[in-house]
Amino acid sequence: MKALLSALLLLVASPALAHKPSDSYLAIRVEGPNLSGQWDIALRDLDFAIGLDDSGDGDITWGEVKAHHADIAAYSLARLKLRSGEAECPARATEFLVDDHSDGAYSVMRFEARCPDEVTTLEIVYSLFADLDPQHRGLLRLEHGTGTRTAIFGPERATQSFELAKISALTQFVDYAREGVWHIWIGFDHILFLLSLLLPAVLVLEGGRWQAVARFPPAFWEVFKIVTSFTVAHSITLSLAALGVISLPSRLVESAIATSVVLAALNNVFPLVHGRRWMVAFAFGLIHGFGFASVLRDLGLPQGALLIALVGFNLGVEVGQLAIVSAFLPVAYGLRASWFYRRLVFVGGSIAIAAVAGIWLVERAFNMKIISP
Amino acid sequence: MRTFRTSIIGTATDLLRALAFASLALVAHAAPYVPTDDATVLERLPVRPGDPVARELRQLRAELTANPRKRDTAVRLAERYFALASSEGDPRYVGYAQAALKPWWDLPAPPLDVLVMRAILKQYSHDFSGAMQDLEAATREDPKNARAWSWRAAIHMVQADYEKAREDCVALQKLESELYAVGCVAYLDGTTGKAAAAHRALSAVFARNADAPPEVKVWVLTRLAEMALRKGDVKQAEEHFRAAYSEPINDQFLLAAYADFLLDQGRPDEVIPLLVDWGKSDILLLRLALAEQALRAQKAREHIGALRSRFDAAALRGDKLHQQEEARFNLYLLGNKEKALALAQENWKLQREPRDARILLEAALAMKDPKAAQAALDWLERSGHEDPALRSTAEKLKALKR
Repeated sequence: MKALLSALLLLVASPALAHKPSDSYLAIRVEGPNLSGQWDIALRDLDFAIGLDDSGDGDITWGEVKAHHADIAAYSLARLKLRSGEAECPARATEFLVDDHSDGAYSVMRFEARCPDEVTTLEIVYSLFADLDPQHRGLLRLEHGTGTRTAIFGPERATQSFELAKISALTQFVDYAREGVWHIWIGFDHILFLLSLLLPAVLVLEGGRWQAVARFPPAFWEVFKIVTSFTVAHSITLSLAALGVISLPSRLVESAIATSVVLAALNNVFPLVHGRRWMVAFAFGLIHGFGFASVLRDLGLPQGALLIALVGFNLGVEVGQLAIVSAFLPVAYGLRASWFYRRLVFVGGSIAIAAVAGIWLVERAFNMKIISP
Repeated sequence: MRTFRTSIIGTATDLLRALAFASLALVAHAAPYVPTDDATVLERLPVRPGDPVARELRQLRAELTANPRKRDTAVRLAERYFALASSEGDPRYVGYAQAALKPWWDLPAPPLDVLVMRAILKQYSHDFSGAMQDLEAATREDPKNARAWSWRAAIHMVQADYEKAREDCVALQKLESELYAVGCVAYLDGTTGKAAAAHRALSAVFARNADAPPEVKVWVLTRLAEMALRKGDVKQAEEHFRAAYSEPINDQFLLAAYADFLLDQGRPDEVIPLLVDWGKSDILLLRLALAEQALRAQKAREHIGALRSRFDAAALRGDKLHQQEEARFNLYLLGNKEKALALAQENWKLQREPRDARILLEAALAMKDPKAAQAALDWLERSGHEDPALRSTAEKLKALKR
């Protein structure tokens, strides 16, 4: 009786009422022989498997979850095998948190695992809830180098292997080059420093007054010299710092970078050094290189591909610089004779740059916040 | 304290990571945290442990753990879980039911009771061909199995195979009571161009069965409302909807159909009080958001975000169970016509009910691409389906062709 009804009811609502089915979210990052991971598992599923609701009132509290952290780790990690080649990489939980996904609260377990050697093939055997809910899926996000892969685990696909060595040298090179371009773009202090040196390139100081250059080639060569020497200089210190040969405290480096911007900008308004701006670019470029190095350090340098990353990042920075220069030079050359350029852009712009960099200097030297977000 | 530059770069790096993550919809929400108070309630279980249902489930599970091959216990547990999946709308229970049948799940010819239950679970995951294979085996083995015939009819209707569905209804006539037998044929006729006759037949048999349980009444009244709409009688349809709504049970399918009716009639303000407490159900949240958008209500943005994260989560898993709703979401709430059409086309391959045809026609019209909806136009022709809304959309599409 009821049968036909339930079948016919379904007729008009077959996509179900649609909660989300059971999923877990597994993120693993591979670095050399070390794996670090985060595993989000729904509290409802954990309750069904090992029982969390000790008070039996239907509410799962943080206190109840906390009391079961050891059980959660034991239960889940026993159902996740990580292997590098033939060798097991035993995992242990390091931290427990909670998070809200679109369908409810999840236990968030962070874990670490260590393989005997650098991981080139990672095999993952996933059997969480396989016996309780064959519809459960494990959604993996695997990070290696700057690459990310995703995979879905279920009873039919419980064992999957990932070739990690396949992140080619070229991919790695391109990835780091891209990072380099990105960091020159968002590294305002480098851009402002470069601009301070470039602004006078289409002008020439005659009798204490700035005049427009007569022809394009001298302006071009001036820019070429500045950019090249800045590049050579920061490449030297970037490499030395990235390789760990020299290390300077970051507060000192950041303050010195701000100082370099102030001085370069003020030099346009009150000319002290002129004619040999490429030397200024070189000297301060050495300092800026240390700044780039800290960015590269934040990104994480791949062991075994240090040189590729370094050259890639450096070239990326150059490409970013060239893009700025090639946008700047034609416009500046075109406007060089105008009042707008000589007074407003050149003098006004230099003062503005000096002012901003001055604030940075105070902030960085005294570790305070004025305009920082 | 971080300096300006490193903080900018730190922020940018975080931003990049966040974007990479968000594209996977893994963290379309706040970051993980550690609650400060042990008493904080993180989750409420849908079935309270003290509940009689929970007690029964616990007992059956214990019996099955002691003896996993005890078939009648396994099937009974699977039945209970499937009933929960339907009433709570939670697919987890379908997984639990499947787990209960594990010793028989991969057998080519399991015992009859397992066979039928396995078919029911398979169709839930939209494995219609797998389900039909099992049901055909079941009716061969036991031609008097009303349940297997009912599910055959249900699946054939979803697949728009009306000839086979009619055979199933005929087989049922000898096995089921009058209301159900007539209900089966009326549902079929109401879909295939005989709405007025179907409405008369179902109304007559319904009048003779006034003592039917409320869920049966709601089902019949909702179908009557649909038939009334198809024959163009809006007033009668509304009377049926109201009568169904006044029954003392909550039925999400009724609410969905009623809300669609009100939206079609340009009365979104009446949808809000109807659905305001139903945010947990995706299909009802979709209708609520549609109404809110029509009214330019503040809540619309929040609900669209919630729907988006639910669809993203399903996509991440590779689920294709909600393409019809997702198509509607994309067409009317995101304005993403192209994606809506692709989803509606994909959905049509699996499901061919009037609602599936409607979204396909509407998405194709929005894209001004009548060819894309050819399958639905053919279906409309072949089935003789009368719904004026579908018919007028189809006419507009055909006009584009010329």
